[in-house]
Amino acid sequence: MTITQQILQQLINGISLGSVYALMALGYTMVYGIIKLINFAHGEVFMIGAFVGFFSITKLDMGFFPAMFTAMIFCAILGILMERLAYKPLRNAHRVAALMTAVGLSMLFQNLALAHSWIGASAKGFPQVFPLQRFQLMENVSISSDRILTLAVAIFLMIALQFIVHKTIMGKAMRAVSLDKDAARLMGINVDKTISFTFALGSSLAAAAGVLFALNYGIVVYQMGLLPGLKAFVAAVLGGIGIIPGAMVGGLLLGVTESAVSAAGGSMFRDAVAFAALIIMLLVKPTGLFGKNVREKV
Amino acid sequence: MAKRFSAILQLVLLLAVGYAIQMAMDAEIINRYYAHVMTVMAIFVVGAVSLNLINGICGQFSLGHAGFMAVGAYTAAIITKNPDLILPAIFTGNVRFILATLLGGMMAALVGFLVGLPSLRLRGDYLAIVTLGFGEIIRILLLNWDFVGGASGYFGLARHTNFFAAFLLSIITITIIRNFIQSSHGRACISIREDEIAAETMGVPTTRYKVIAFVIASFFAGTAGSMMAHLTQMVTPASFTFILSIELLLMVVLGGLGSISGSIGAAIFLTYAAEALRAFRAYRMILYSLLLIFIMLFRPKGLLGNQELSLSLLRESFKNLRARWRRKKKDGITAAAE
Amino acid sequence: MKRKLSLVLVIAMVLSLALTGCGNQPQAPAAPAAPEEIKIGSVFPVTGAIATFGQSSLNGTQLAFEEINNAGGVLGGRKLVLINEDNQSKTEETATAFQKLITQDEVSAILGSVASSHSLAGAPIAQAAGIPMLSPTSTNPRVTEVGDFIFRACFIDPFQGQVMAKFALETLGVTTAAMLVEQDSDYSKGLAEYFRKAFEAGGGTIVAEEGYKSTDTDFSTILTRVKATNPAVVFVPAYYGTVGPILRQAQAAEIDAVFLGGDGWDSDKLFELAGDAANGGFFSNHYSPDAGTPEVDAFLAAYQAKFNAVPDALAALAYDAAYMLAQAIEEAGSVEGAAIRDALAAISFTGVSGTVVFDENRNPVKSAVIIEIRDGKQVYKATVNP
Repeated sequence: MTITQQILQQLINGISLGSVYALMALGYTMVYGIIKLINFAHGEVFMIGAFVGFFSITKLDMGFFPAMFTAMIFCAILGILMERLAYKPLRNAHRVAALMTAVGLSMLFQNLALAHSWIGASAKGFPQVFPLQRFQLMENVSISSDRILTLAVAIFLMIALQFIVHKTIMGKAMRAVSLDKDAARLMGINVDKTISFTFALGSSLAAAAGVLFALNYGIVVYQMGLLPGLKAFVAAVLGGIGIIPGAMVGGLLLGVTESAVSAAGGSMFRDAVAFAALIIMLLVKPTGLFGKNVREKV
Repeated sequence: MAKRFSAILQLVLLLAVGYAIQMAMDAEIINRYYAHVMTVMAIFVVGAVSLNLINGICGQFSLGHAGFMAVGAYTAAIITKNPDLILPAIFTGNVRFILATLLGGMMAALVGFLVGLPSLRLRGDYLAIVTLGFGEIIRILLLNWDFVGGASGYFGLARHTNFFAAFLLSIITITIIRNFIQSSHGRACISIREDEIAAETMGVPTTRYKVIAFVIASFFAGTAGSMMAHLTQMVTPASFTFILSIELLLMVVLGGLGSISGSIGAAIFLTYAAEALRAFRAYRMILYSLLLIFIMLFRPKGLLGNQELSLSLLRESFKNLRARWRRKKKDGITAAAE
Repeated sequence: MKRKLSLVLVIAMVLSLALTGCGNQPQAPAAPAAPEEIKIGSVFPVTGAIATFGQSSLNGTQLAFEEINNAGGVLGGRKLVLINEDNQSKTEETATAFQKLITQDEVSAILGSVASSHSLAGAPIAQAAGIPMLSPTSTNPRVTEVGDFIFRACFIDPFQGQVMAKFALETLGVTTAAMLVEQDSDYSKGLAEYFRKAFEAGGGTIVAEEGYKSTDTDFSTILTRVKATNPAVVFVPAYYGTVGPILRQAQAAEIDAVFLGGDGWDSDKLFELAGDAANGGFFSNHYSPDAGTPEVDAFLAAYQAKFNAVPDALAALAYDAAYMLAQAIEEAGSVEGAAIRDALAAISFTGVSGTVVFDENRNPVKSAVIIEIRDGKQVYKATVNP
């Protein structure tokens, strides 16, 4: 395997990972854009989505896409419930209070999964739903069918999201509320409904990411959402938090960077890469790659 | 003069009580299991009170406290396990342990300074994630450092920690932090918590004070880490994860952000709860998370808010309760009369 | 102000005393063993990353105790009572578990733990308390080096590494190998090191060595690195929980090599996690159900009847360890720690997994078997004698 072939193969690995991060980062960035909250529990939505997909396939004998769809719907509802019960009461409270609630929710979901008899502490193997096929791009560089599927679905969902945000009324409402909540209310927009819709959208994307992750890497386990959740947040910040295309770029960038570090022999440090990237970004350009500088008003 | 004398007397009395308890433990009147639990309680008091300095008094949001405990624990462990490393070999046994703990604290303080300086320019949510990130980076670095056993960790540390040592440390921590709070430095921190922009406008060097609070808190976290390591006789990276930071956070939040006595009480209570719920381990974390959520939803100030436990506070809350009860009775009578 | 605070502190401490006093009743020291009972502790993880190992070990021990008690017990009719502490596959929990068994339950001996990292955490505690510890399955040599109260029922990794290295060199006839090492497992690191030594001594070359954490899920980047060096075999000395996904992702990455492993592969969960990617792999183990000896057949029948499953090596070793302990107690004539220790050190025992005679490091000298994975099943391949 020549160096070029290696680099290309690792690039493919990175992009596959990055597309999962991108899907999750979208949820973070949308929620932050609209209510300025880091939804810590987003990683757990990812995990729950993966498990719903897993059980749909193994217990209910669904096909892959119906299972993924089920997971997305389930998590959309979960997202709305989360928002209504835990975040809405704190909308006007100190941001730190809302963040701590989010942390509490994240721990709650993780431990509920741990205690659930269907899930428990050990990893489960996600079935190989599609017969494994490999496509040779060139000698020694191949991409598996699962990976292509992941990329295709991710791109499709991102395009769908862009469509929703820019070409539908609801999307307009979302953009209005994230710009100025009170003005939007004055304009007759139902702010509560819009926020719920945002949560639903973001959570369904996280669920899709979870199912795709499980397909690609073959594992579902109760703590699978913690680290990817944090990394997806970093991805959102990298791209500029609150900016949707930024989340996509940030996700891909982070995936490729993490894989690059691992490819260079630093596999044991790969988790630290995300945090290091976050710290550097926040020190150099806190508003992210696509962000604009906003002065804080007193 | 009399005030100072009585204060010293109080301290001596406290220490005497602590020593008496320790003697009871040595004589096995208090059995080893309880002794272990009470020692852990004292260590967590140090952790919670030090975290409260950052989160409660200064109003910042640090999620990386476990990382500082890890630094202190590992530094002290390296010193006690290698008789001639860092400290010359003449220091042995408990003296070496005390010095190692101090150095562990200082190392943690140094790391706190390095972490705090860039991070504390950030606000609320970002600071939380960045401190979490630093905590994880520290843990990952330790995971890969073969000298301290890497992922397997360091075993076979001598058991230097006993109840009295931890108790003494907690007394020192509480005294120093309380003195800090009541000084002008503490007031500066509180002003930062109340309204940072206003404080800055008034000329308070906000970043400087935030970093100072961070450094002090990390120092004590480091010492607590060292105590813990020499109690369990081992250090592994797995003992200092994000979960530990959350447990400390819960103690601070439950007791009341800004209340030292609240943190003490919460630390003791939650450590006890952890032991009592040992049989229901799976449900314990669920309860903790629910507790955190409910506190933030219904009583974000925690049990004591930012006030300290005192007789006047108790008296006042009694009065409030009685007044409310009387009012309810009156409403009940008038309603019945109508 | 100071007055009030110290008041708080004293109240708090007294309160904590009171709380621990009245609240911890369930944790109070357990009643001493009734004279007809002998309390034996065990630390087997029934939850967590290596849960199937712990469950199998527990099953094997329980079966053995049941048989021993039904046959009349030990020391003139005393029954063996097992108290298991679940360490949740975690090292920190293992130390606490050992403490509790020794201080609270006052057991006479401890069976466990399963993983070498966990045994290493518990052994110093057992050694300091003078309680004999017999690990059925920990293969890292450092475990018994902790002290003279620490024993094991299985072979050790220097031998196991050699077994697979020789298999690769001689039976498979290869000269290049890559290794994937789980960094948070002493077992994995140790076994990899011994494989390397033996493989290089036999003229082979280790072309790549990649590390990963047990919590990692994406192995594609390190697998690509391995693929680039074109090894003939890939040695993955880890537990089934990570080996499964590694094998599956390696198949997706089209790595054209034979995968080899150690006794950590021995779980039927491996097939669930790896799918058909496991086929064509080989691993070293302590026993095979296909061995055909009368002891193994009797054990198979009994285990099948009680648990409705084929026992894996962990169950077999735990079964042997339990019998060994019982025999040692009988030969010692007492439940005193030092007496059991001396009896164990001098024991000569034959069981399901072979004959056990301890060397001066309290390690048994035993044979290994090589298992092939074919069509989603374990198939006996060969026996290797030390």
